[in-house]
Amino acid sequence: MLTVKRVCKTFNAGTINEKRALVNLDLHLDAGDFVTIIGGNGAGKSTLMNMIAGVYPIDAGTIELDGVNISRLSEHSRAKYLGRVFQDPMMGTAADMQIIENLAMARRRGQRRTLRWGVTHSEKDEYAERLAELGLGLEKRLTSKVGLLSGGQRQALTLLMATLTEPKLLLLDEHTAALDPKTAAKVLDLTEKIVSEHKLTTLMVTHNMNDAIRMGNRLIMMHEGSIIYDVAGDEKKSLTVKDLLQKFEEVSGGELANDRMLLS
Amino acid sequence: MGLALLSAVSQGILWGIMVLGVFITYKLLDIADLTVDGSFALGGCVCAVLVVGGVDPVVAVLAAMLAGMVAGAVTGFLHTVFEIPAILAGILTQIGLWSINLRIMGKSNTPLLKNDTIFSVVGDLTGLSSNTVAMIVGVGVAVLIIALLYWFFGTEIGSACRATGNNEAMVRALGVNTKVTKLIALTLSNGLVGLSGGLICESQKYADIGMGTGAIVIGLAAIVIGEVLWRVLPWAKLHSFGGRLTAAVVGSVVYFLIRAIVLQLGMDANDMKLLSAIIVALALCVPVVWEKYQLRRNYKLALRDEGGR
Repeated sequence: MLTVKRVCKTFNAGTINEKRALVNLDLHLDAGDFVTIIGGNGAGKSTLMNMIAGVYPIDAGTIELDGVNISRLSEHSRAKYLGRVFQDPMMGTAADMQIIENLAMARRRGQRRTLRWGVTHSEKDEYAERLAELGLGLEKRLTSKVGLLSGGQRQALTLLMATLTEPKLLLLDEHTAALDPKTAAKVLDLTEKIVSEHKLTTLMVTHNMNDAIRMGNRLIMMHEGSIIYDVAGDEKKSLTVKDLLQKFEEVSGGELANDRMLLS
Repeated sequence: MGLALLSAVSQGILWGIMVLGVFITYKLLDIADLTVDGSFALGGCVCAVLVVGGVDPVVAVLAAMLAGMVAGAVTGFLHTVFEIPAILAGILTQIGLWSINLRIMGKSNTPLLKNDTIFSVVGDLTGLSSNTVAMIVGVGVAVLIIALLYWFFGTEIGSACRATGNNEAMVRALGVNTKVTKLIALTLSNGLVGLSGGLICESQKYADIGMGTGAIVIGLAAIVIGEVLWRVLPWAKLHSFGGRLTAAVVGSVVYFLIRAIVLQLGMDANDMKLLSAIIVALALCVPVVWEKYQLRRNYKLALRDEGGR
């Protein structure tokens, strides 16, 4: 499904702030894989997501999605293949627009925009139904401005928007990190439900090691722009947080745990 | 005084078309587009030269709109393709247009004294006074434009344009090229500004190289006044898009009424730009000052409560 081959990215090359964010990174995902990604600060997790999404161009290598080489496509051109949820709940929705307008824009991801109405009547029922599945009561607030919603509600809405038109690949970039624990758990449940219902191929960056072990069928650990540990199947299921910490020290010779990861 | 006020209302409506243009960039795209000063004069100059050359006055106004659109597209191009900050891109186009406008007219102003204009034709047909005619034509055009804008910003492309001003990252993630949406909005906006310039030129029967100077500030002032009015008036729904557009035009009328009144009270016409600047600056300052005041007051109240315990 997704094949990332020898991808490199260096920020501020040739300056004192040079940062090699991705170093000859290889990664292959099969259709239906749900991969969790962990790693310390600056490991390149978010950079990997941004490279796949096309936020910045890659320096070298190729990214192929379902047989299509998307390495050089602009961000908006590859959007038709990708569903994205960001860490910042403000980033995935347009605050001054109605819930229904946001959904209608998401529904048209990857389609040519025309001078037809932005929201048609026939869409309403479908959106109400899908919103009801979130269990947040948003189906009764279709015409509310998204800016009036809480961070958790906005993140759940973004998740729905990202999957409304089924993406070939779902990118979740620490999408629960900015939420309180209870809301985060709720959004994670929704994530699992949506991903399994639609059998979505998914990449999820998280700083929570328990979530990383519990969710998905494969786990990747990143360090300094490379993948240092890749585990799937039964081996992954039997992992513990302690194993992960140990594994990290083994490979990197340092400590993985920053406070945020240990506390969550 | 009555005549002056009547004239102010008709002027306000015609300038209101320009305010709608400014509304698109300032309110929807969140850009203060300084092209406006240039594209307004461009519309006036193009219209004047065409009318003097014997072109149909309606065609001349449409040409003014088209010229404005081109000016907006230039700014849009500089901003999106070459990533020049929007304000600077607007200034560059505006300055360039000054020379272009002089070239178009060949001199610094063009009178249309003997030529037919939309307003003189309608006046001759109906026998109404020039102010009434200007008002009728202005309201007609404004209603048409508001209806068109209401339609456009409800379409898929229009929604994408609105969302671009709101959250660019999200719009790109949903597969929209934000360069295109910005280009569309800037082109549309300056088209309306050019149209307004053309109409003003025909109604006042001359075009002047300096007629656009300060237009952006008038536009911002009108939008701010319109928003305040809409919030104060009990029956209005600020959030409905048509209401916001109407408020912008009403704001423009009120601006020109205020202007007429202070001029009648003996203020020098040249001081009016200062007054406009002060109105806009105040409107932008008040919310900030108010919030700071509230923060300080709440802190003081909290201190007092603690002291009392």
